[in-house]
Amino acid sequence: MKHSISGMLLGAALAIGATSGAVAQDKTIKIGVLTDNSGLYADLGGPGSTVAAQMAIEDSGLAAKGWKIDLISADHQNKPDIGSAIARQWIDVEKVDIFMDVLNSGVALAVNNIVKEKNSILIDTGAATSDLTNAQCSPNTIHWVYDTYMLANSTGQALVKAGGDTWYFLTADYAFGHALERDTAAVVVKSGGKVIGTVRHPLNTADFSSFLLQAQASKAKVIGMANAGGDTTNTIKQAAEFGIVSGGQKLAGLLLFITDVHALGLKVAQGLNFTETFYWDMNDGTRAFSKRFSERMKNKAMPSMVQAGVYSGLIHYFKALEAMGGNPHDGAKAVAKMKEMPTDDALFGQGTIRVDGRKLHPAYLFEVKKPEESKGPWDYYKLIGTTPGDQAFRPLSESACPLVKK
Amino acid sequence: MQALFAQLLVGLINGSFYALLSLGLAVIFGMLNIINFAHGALYMMGAFVAYFLLNNDYLSIGYWPALIVAPIVVGIFGMILERTMLQWLTGLDHLYGLLLTFGIALIVQGVFQNYFGSSGLPYAIPDQLKGGMNLGFMFLPVYRGWVVIFSLVVCIATWFLIEKTRLGAYLRAATENPTLVRAFGINVPRMITLTYGLGVGLAALAGVLSAPINQVRPLMGADLIIVVFAVVVIGGMGSIMGSIITGFALGVIEGLTKYFYPEASNTVVFVLMVLVLLVKPTGLTGRAA
Repeated sequence: MKHSISGMLLGAALAIGATSGAVAQDKTIKIGVLTDNSGLYADLGGPGSTVAAQMAIEDSGLAAKGWKIDLISADHQNKPDIGSAIARQWIDVEKVDIFMDVLNSGVALAVNNIVKEKNSILIDTGAATSDLTNAQCSPNTIHWVYDTYMLANSTGQALVKAGGDTWYFLTADYAFGHALERDTAAVVVKSGGKVIGTVRHPLNTADFSSFLLQAQASKAKVIGMANAGGDTTNTIKQAAEFGIVSGGQKLAGLLLFITDVHALGLKVAQGLNFTETFYWDMNDGTRAFSKRFSERMKNKAMPSMVQAGVYSGLIHYFKALEAMGGNPHDGAKAVAKMKEMPTDDALFGQGTIRVDGRKLHPAYLFEVKKPEESKGPWDYYKLIGTTPGDQAFRPLSESACPLVKK
Repeated sequence: MQALFAQLLVGLINGSFYALLSLGLAVIFGMLNIINFAHGALYMMGAFVAYFLLNNDYLSIGYWPALIVAPIVVGIFGMILERTMLQWLTGLDHLYGLLLTFGIALIVQGVFQNYFGSSGLPYAIPDQLKGGMNLGFMFLPVYRGWVVIFSLVVCIATWFLIEKTRLGAYLRAATENPTLVRAFGINVPRMITLTYGLGVGLAALAGVLSAPINQVRPLMGADLIIVVFAVVVIGGMGSIMGSIITGFALGVIEGLTKYFYPEASNTVVFVLMVLVLLVKPTGLTGRAA
């Protein structure tokens, strides 16, 4: 009897040991792509981001090694309150481990707080505001693709150097537009230029003629568009109509995506200068990925830098998890591991993730080709300058991020 | 002061889109008693049909023929909608028509978005209307001037058709008392179908007009339709002249807001709607039901 009791105890102990062993090697991951699936940013992120995430899961080869990876997606409709509600539900009910894309700065800043509070992970590839790695930085967030400081630093500086020393801003009236205008204005002033006016328009405006007339009347040499997506395409199209560029003023696309150029057509978009960190036609690696991506898209679109970032960010995340051996549910720990490891993938090349969560890689200044220079569909960009990763983004010495020890 | 005049003119240009769209809505509401929420989607279809006509390898129909062909194509689509779905709602509460047309709008927009994405397709300004003139106080693109004149003509022609011709009289009579009009040997259901086709055609025409100015996007109508509804409500539901005048007036007011306080330019129309409804619940020119 004594024997059987001790045997049972032993058996029980073994069983507990076995289950705790299984917990130690928990290999289930849930990825949530939170994006604009139906509004004015849906082409540059949206369903394409989910396709990119799916490709990253397949290419990681983790499934063959016994990992179970789930992917879900939702539409935040560009509304911070809706985005927050989905984020809470995803963490509490769906047990989502990592948020991808999260474009729209307003939504991103809201989700950033929730992710920190709940110790999840946000790899933001879509939002522009540099606050994500500055004043509002978090041990749970990595800002992957670009930010307003980098855009301002690259495009803004190049244009001031080229003689555009007076600026007028057309700004989308929410977190993103304000951040982009603030960062660009700082660069303009620092480079010896002057900001002579600003007009703030509501998000998703169809008609820009009133604002363009005000910009035209200001006689500024450069009209900086601190907006994105459908707002930018409509601005560019209507600026052409009002003879802004032919009248001698320069139109600066501070944030432009390849999907916007495609939507405008080269006839209207030609000659625009702007900055991106990814272009499908850079090298064999980007071309191979983009071709596979485009085949999966309904309208055969090439990937935007936001979508490419989703792929690149997840590939690095998977590498970090593999190095950790399992247990992906402690967000801050996984992010710390990701910061430890250098990044390397076919899309963005080699890079690093800084202590404030800023991913570093080169920034490219592009010019849109003339229609006669383009050899086919999606052949749109000419590379005119490259800024190395360590110079493109805000230096840590200027950072207000509490994670940066000074 | 110069800038102010420029804003007035730009407001008038936007107002002509509001007027064309609200005119179609008013015609449909006045004659069929249906609150046509699909109007924005049909406006978008007009722009897309123009795009397809231009970029089809076999047709390659430019802007000018598209101004006639696109409204006819979309108008026929509208008449099919009326025959297959809307006609069953005759005599029911407004709410049913609103829900049905709202559903149709969502489906149409969803299908277009699925295939063409959200950022839209390019459509160039026709060569004859390129360029602009310097008016001294502003640079007026020729195309925008054309839009104002053309929509004014269409608005007045539609008003004349409905208020001053025999056909219009039949129509108005048929909405007052269909049984009696039918007794005179007039095919009332066919008249209703044609009227819906006319209203839809006006929406599609506005779509073609707007294609060279705005991107041809699946959501271009959805963004506009709420404002246009506000215009119709302010003008008085179903009043033809009311919606024309209010359309132009609101375009101007919105333009001025963009000048004095741009942040409020998307909401000013609704503030006005609230004010008008508080003072005169039937709208500016509407009659009590």
